[in-house]
Amino acid sequence: MSFRAAVVTFPGSNCDRDMAVALESVSGQQPIRVWHGDSALPERLDFIALPGGFSYGDYLRSGAMAANSPIMREVAAAAQRGVPVLGVCNGFQVLTEAGLLPGALMRNASQHFICRTVDLTVENTDSLFTRGFAAGQRLRIPVAHHDGNYFSDEATLDRLEGEGRVAFRYVENCNGSRRDIAGILNETGTVLGMMPHPERAVDAAHGGTDGRTIFENAIRALAHA
Amino acid sequence: MKIRIHVSLKPGVLDPQGRAVHHALDGLGFAGVEDVRIGRLIELTVADSTSDSDLESMCENLLANTVIENYRIEKVGQ
Repeated sequence: MSFRAAVVTFPGSNCDRDMAVALESVSGQQPIRVWHGDSALPERLDFIALPGGFSYGDYLRSGAMAANSPIMREVAAAAQRGVPVLGVCNGFQVLTEAGLLPGALMRNASQHFICRTVDLTVENTDSLFTRGFAAGQRLRIPVAHHDGNYFSDEATLDRLEGEGRVAFRYVENCNGSRRDIAGILNETGTVLGMMPHPERAVDAAHGGTDGRTIFENAIRALAHA
Repeated sequence: MKIRIHVSLKPGVLDPQGRAVHHALDGLGFAGVEDVRIGRLIELTVADSTSDSDLESMCENLLANTVIENYRIEKVGQ
């Protein structure tokens, strides 16, 4: 089965290689690396990943500059066509700044950069990313961020919860996120943004493989599509 | 033309940075500080022909994140 994935690199991305290695280890196929200034994505993509890091040095706001880079117009168009998009950490920030996901990621309530493995619960088991999980299942996945404090107005939060679009929650809220939200989905369940790093938990040598299931789910869903 | 864009957090949005600075001011012994909110000032020099709607678009599309921030456009002359 072919699995054509692209990993976008912005200036200041630093988890792009980890993301590519994770995708290759799960799918057996090397993802295509795409540069932020590219004006086109490769054709017939099955999956797009926006990696973690500090794109553009977090100038103005985390993800704000990257959200306006040429490749993001193409990512938005691909997402519109239903191509699955996963944004991790800075990738999540880019997705909110680009308007592909609602809300914003603000400075952690503690003001501290947090780098540790946290417990999550799986809230949604219907999306292509989360179908292989049991509702309420606990995952241990690393976080590493300064701006992971998810904010949205109450009406949007109610809508996200009502529509089952909260993908993951923190068991212990580490950053001040509204309603303990660690990851959310778009309306169609094909765009997932999350602060924890699943690509850092795909090999026993990482200390855990709970992140692997997210990639496996996506690949399995596409095989059956 | 010189423009100042004042970007501030919307009321109700928690400002951990402002809170930390508030604590620091208390620690320095300044009594009576009731609240601290931290925003951003962006100074632009633009062509005199730049329209108000262009300035608003700049704020809406990039300079402010209207999910969490308000902005105010101030024209400060030549």
